[in-house]
Amino acid sequence: MTSLLTASGAETAARITAEEVSATEVLDFWLERVAGDRLNGYLWQADRESARSGVADSDGPLAGVPIAIKDIFCTEGVPTTAASKILGGYVPPYTATSVDHLRTAGMPMLGKTNMDEFAMGSSNENSAFGACLNPWDTSRVPGGSSGGSAAVVAGGLAPWSLGTDTGGSIRQPAGFCGIVGLKPTYGAISRFGMIAFASSLDQCGPLTRDVTDAALLLSALQGRDEMDSTSVGIEGGIETPTAERLDGLTFGVPRDLMREGIEAGVLARFEDTLLRIADLGGEIVDIELPHAEHAISAYYVLAPAEASTNLSRYDGVRYGLRASDEDLLSMYEVTREEGFGPEVKRRIMLGTYALSSGYYDAYYGRAQRVRTRIVEDFDTAFDRVDFVVTPTSPTVAFKLGEKTADPWSMYLSDIFTVPISLAGLPAISIPAGLAEPEGGGPDLPVGFQIAAPAFAEQKLLEASYALEQAIGFDGTLALEGGVE
Amino acid sequence: MIEREQVLHVARLSRLRLSEEEIDTLTGELSSVLDHVDKLAEVDIEGVEPTSHVVPLENVLRDDEPRPSLDREVALSQAPDPHDGAFRVPSPQAEA
Repeated sequence: MTSLLTASGAETAARITAEEVSATEVLDFWLERVAGDRLNGYLWQADRESARSGVADSDGPLAGVPIAIKDIFCTEGVPTTAASKILGGYVPPYTATSVDHLRTAGMPMLGKTNMDEFAMGSSNENSAFGACLNPWDTSRVPGGSSGGSAAVVAGGLAPWSLGTDTGGSIRQPAGFCGIVGLKPTYGAISRFGMIAFASSLDQCGPLTRDVTDAALLLSALQGRDEMDSTSVGIEGGIETPTAERLDGLTFGVPRDLMREGIEAGVLARFEDTLLRIADLGGEIVDIELPHAEHAISAYYVLAPAEASTNLSRYDGVRYGLRASDEDLLSMYEVTREEGFGPEVKRRIMLGTYALSSGYYDAYYGRAQRVRTRIVEDFDTAFDRVDFVVTPTSPTVAFKLGEKTADPWSMYLSDIFTVPISLAGLPAISIPAGLAEPEGGGPDLPVGFQIAAPAFAEQKLLEASYALEQAIGFDGTLALEGGVE
Repeated sequence: MIEREQVLHVARLSRLRLSEEEIDTLTGELSSVLDHVDKLAEVDIEGVEPTSHVVPLENVLRDDEPRPSLDREVALSQAPDPHDGAFRVPSPQAEA
């Protein structure tokens, strides 16, 4: 049954349809893998019965292929913590719309994956339940915040997974783990039941072995949901991509944003990939995104401001932790002090400061206007080009503990993903090959990011598919890394 | 830069009872982050409208029809201290 390990989601689905293997055999195979998790990739693991709870008896294209779900999605009857102590023991009374779509498609749930607390982080080290390890090199981080969702797919502990991306939280860990991560356009997928971090930025998306799998999952996930009034879906739906060439397509490279701080190996794989694009008939042009260099600063006002508001609901009254019964104010303050980890407190403080009387205009108001400038930059770029491409991250996966002492250095690992998030655009990270990390060590995956105009997911997937075939990355290299 | 007094004020607004050590650490960390964020002042935002969201939608409406919501029992099932069909909380005033 080892062939199930290397099969993509689509290939496994085809084998089930052809009755070469039963859905039960597939589920048992993956549950056994999950039970051997040595990456701390899962915070909760399903058994055969709980994996199938609520799953429809479907004969659709995804039926029977199990999936791992980031622990930020509410799942009825299954603990959901967002990797926070403040939600320790919380069992939601309802299920997120996106997860519900997967159940309707006949997909069992393998478990809930580790993440940075409330999706705040770029290394998964902010989990209240311990760091998650990168299957390529367990002394390194898998990225974050969807670190568990990326690590389990790369490390052979799930065929595919669901994550969320606010400033890069799908794309960056996908890049660090050598898999495909897609952040759809804001509004493509319902956010109902997804625990809120920064509501104007949060978006759900798939982490997969390949682009075809990303398309299959997006097709099942996208759509308007009356429970989320900001959801609109993707007009015309999503088809399996088949493009072989990139003729007539233009790829813009924002060179100004790439002047410093990029590892040599990352830059080399990026340049290789540009050559492949040209080989396939695509045109490479330099573009300017004049305000993108300010994206991290704007993001670290806007996202914390939204977070400070969203996280005010954790007050010890209706669910989760209550840490004091002294008096009402103490109950709030002690519960939140004990329940939240350091990064979450930092962001609540930052956001509250940015929204507080006397500072609102200087910080929040200004950051919202800079966001407009960044949106305009992309509008201008997309008048000229079909896609904007960058490395997904300036480095390969870094060492555990390497960036925890300096918050800003951690924040900078999202320098290429955050501008796209602020503009609400769809973007994908695909593996561009391996590179030696700075400071030495085994070669590690490098992500290549492609961004497209709003709701141009089909076009994005077609181009990514053509490029993926040309790159021919071997995604099976770390599959044994997830178990002893 | 942010002063220790401001950190204490923001902690009160945030309903966080920070330890002395955390107050010291956060004063340094927040100052450092704000130094970077202050570079936003370099951007010309004269006449630029703020962006609060990027969805091409406004005023999403539906008919105001009553429909079932969470049962009271279910809504209370995760409460730290449910009591008599309600969420019970400690008194707003500390007992003398």
